[in-house]
Amino acid sequence: MREQDPAVRARNFDEVACGYHPDDAMRESERCLFCPDQPCVSGCPVGINIPGFIRKINEKDLRGAYDILTETSLLPAICGRVCPQENQCEGQCTVGQTLEPVAIGRLERFVGDTAIREGWANIPYIEPTPFKVGIVGSGPAGMACAADMAKAGCDVTVYEAFHQAGGVLKYGIPDFRLPNAVIDAEINNLKKLGVKFECNTLVGRLFTLEQMITEMGYDAVFVGVGAGYPTMLGIPGDSLNGVLSANELLTRCNLMRAKEFPSFDTPQPIGKRVAVVGAGNTAMDAMRVSLRLGAEKVYCIYRRSHKEAPARAEEIHHAEEEGVEFHWLTHPVAILDDGHGNVMGMRCVRMELGEPDASGRRRPVPVPGSEFDFECDLIVYAIGTNANPIMGQTSGLRLNKWGYIDTDENLATSLAGVFAGGDIVTGAATVIEAMGAGRRAAASMKAYLGIRDSNRPYRTGGDTLFGIDTSERNFARIRA
Amino acid sequence: MSNFEIVKREDFSDVTFLLEIRHPLMAKAAKPGQFVIVMLNENGERVPLTIADFDRSKGTVTLVIQAVGKTTKQMQQECKVGTSLYGLVGPMGIPTPESHAKKVVCVGGGLGVAPVYPQARALKESGAYVIGVIGFRTKDLVFWEDKFRAICDELIICSDDGSVGLHGRVTAGIEQAIKKHTDIDEVIAIGPPIMMKSCAETTRPYKIKTMVSLNPIMVDGTGMCGGCRVKIGDQVKFACVDGPDFDGHLVDFDDLMTRLRRYTKEERMALDHWEKGCRMQKSIDKAVDAAQTK
Repeated sequence: MREQDPAVRARNFDEVACGYHPDDAMRESERCLFCPDQPCVSGCPVGINIPGFIRKINEKDLRGAYDILTETSLLPAICGRVCPQENQCEGQCTVGQTLEPVAIGRLERFVGDTAIREGWANIPYIEPTPFKVGIVGSGPAGMACAADMAKAGCDVTVYEAFHQAGGVLKYGIPDFRLPNAVIDAEINNLKKLGVKFECNTLVGRLFTLEQMITEMGYDAVFVGVGAGYPTMLGIPGDSLNGVLSANELLTRCNLMRAKEFPSFDTPQPIGKRVAVVGAGNTAMDAMRVSLRLGAEKVYCIYRRSHKEAPARAEEIHHAEEEGVEFHWLTHPVAILDDGHGNVMGMRCVRMELGEPDASGRRRPVPVPGSEFDFECDLIVYAIGTNANPIMGQTSGLRLNKWGYIDTDENLATSLAGVFAGGDIVTGAATVIEAMGAGRRAAASMKAYLGIRDSNRPYRTGGDTLFGIDTSERNFARIRA
Repeated sequence: MSNFEIVKREDFSDVTFLLEIRHPLMAKAAKPGQFVIVMLNENGERVPLTIADFDRSKGTVTLVIQAVGKTTKQMQQECKVGTSLYGLVGPMGIPTPESHAKKVVCVGGGLGVAPVYPQARALKESGAYVIGVIGFRTKDLVFWEDKFRAICDELIICSDDGSVGLHGRVTAGIEQAIKKHTDIDEVIAIGPPIMMKSCAETTRPYKIKTMVSLNPIMVDGTGMCGGCRVKIGDQVKFACVDGPDFDGHLVDFDDLMTRLRRYTKEERMALDHWEKGCRMQKSIDKAVDAAQTK
């Protein structure tokens, strides 16, 4: 796929990957073997009918491809851009065993973008049900859950603490990976389904979860507030001016548009040399945003090696092309003060990989006597996050020992009618996993409320009475 | 909930002004010690402001603002009755826990007088003996004296220049209260960091529990970015979700004050840029007027 030249794109916020031309998409769709065991589908966290939509592209029926995609994934323009396909569908692709796998993600993005451009929206006839559903958090988990519940006929309201909806898609993922216009288009599709968005609402403080059920008339609530309480290194100099979390850098830049200061009021001074600690997707975003904000040199400091880096392969590749300098097997031990409370540099130590730890990855250990200093003006920590504390502080939800919300296998929490999913349950993970959790929670919520889908068989394998399954007798609500 | 209409405006001086904003849900939920985050318009920055008062029956919350930088000066110019804010979210922060203190000194320094008011009122309502100490630079900057008299058992007004009340800073007022009462359980001090630091140092030798309300720079206010991190004892806390109230004897005020200065250059740039825009607008308006009267 055509991409912007690295030297040019490292200074602008336009999308890096330019998207497929229809001929490219046709050609790529012909590479699919339509193999019978469909390993790609089992690799997908939400089980999209991948061969189905690829066949439609092949038949030049893009609308048909969109229809298939929206049966399972409501946000194809988003997933196509941010899913780590190499670990999911493309990682399982049969073609990929000998050649490059079929570019499923790029095809999904192509269909999603075409749909936005053509203004397609699949709004089925929705039979209303008398249930009011609240969604806390307008990120990927909340959006996916909202879509399913709205399609089930419920009256859905999504609450968002920020002044704009989208959650981590808006504030966390930069425009050159996921343009805000794409997110807004998908949010508009949700509004067309009847979903209401209330921004500037901090659930837990403005009103509690319990109040939603007892006073505000909600029959079920989904909590998808994310896990964004940033981890600091805890080394000397952590609080110097010029040290910030990746979340702060990204929020200032992506949501508050710091690049356009002073037309936009939120600043993000970048200095000349930026060091980012970490090598996950957030770290890659922080590095590439720093380049675009005007840094001359950007360093990646990671205590393990390239092989262990958790970021999406394409992001590391793009970061390398754009000129980020990677320092693998390096770890900071102190941030150096210039005497006035500002960052002057960082003292690091070289690491080597030792025995595997509990997660199976080889544990990095410092190499004695390898300490060195280097100069930098800004230091960004992208080393992970913890659970956001507000839900725990303001409701009776049971949390696990790390502060995440405790749920059962149906994503039900300890409060009746309240379900939870996404990072606040699992810890920091990916957009598609959050969407999958949102959808699974919606299925549980529908079962809880007694809403049944007409296209799902509810066979219990028991007896029938006058031809009707005995378990069906007591169900008064069957959707057409 | 997209309309945050301003229903009342009062100017206490040429720098301090009050805005009362309609937000029935927030008025119902607000508790002393909490704050909001405000955005003036779509291009605006997110600014934390302590809730100075709330009226549950009227459905309004009150903010008292000092025009020091670009956003607060722009608010001073543009926020009139009938206009709206673009963003208003809250109430944020852990509410001040119910205190069982019997005798409390509530200290407000300058603008800090506003946020300490709801805390003093709550203490009075719970039956405590409330000694108010409010300090201003000079007599012309005094506001809410009558509101404090109504809820305090004793009120000490201080002025830096001696034009009203006790000649001295609020620490002089605290000393006066401590000398008179030997059974003070708690001191609450809100104001600029340097003032809160001096109050904490004043009470430290007497070992009187001193609670302060910290005001670091914030972006989201929901615990997500860590920009408001403060050092409390040997721990790092986020003022937006772990505070904003903390034990003044454990707060590292020097760290707070250093971190508050991290955007001084950008604050200057923003103010210059805006003032230049205002001047240009004025000359455009003047030229248009002149052309129209011809």
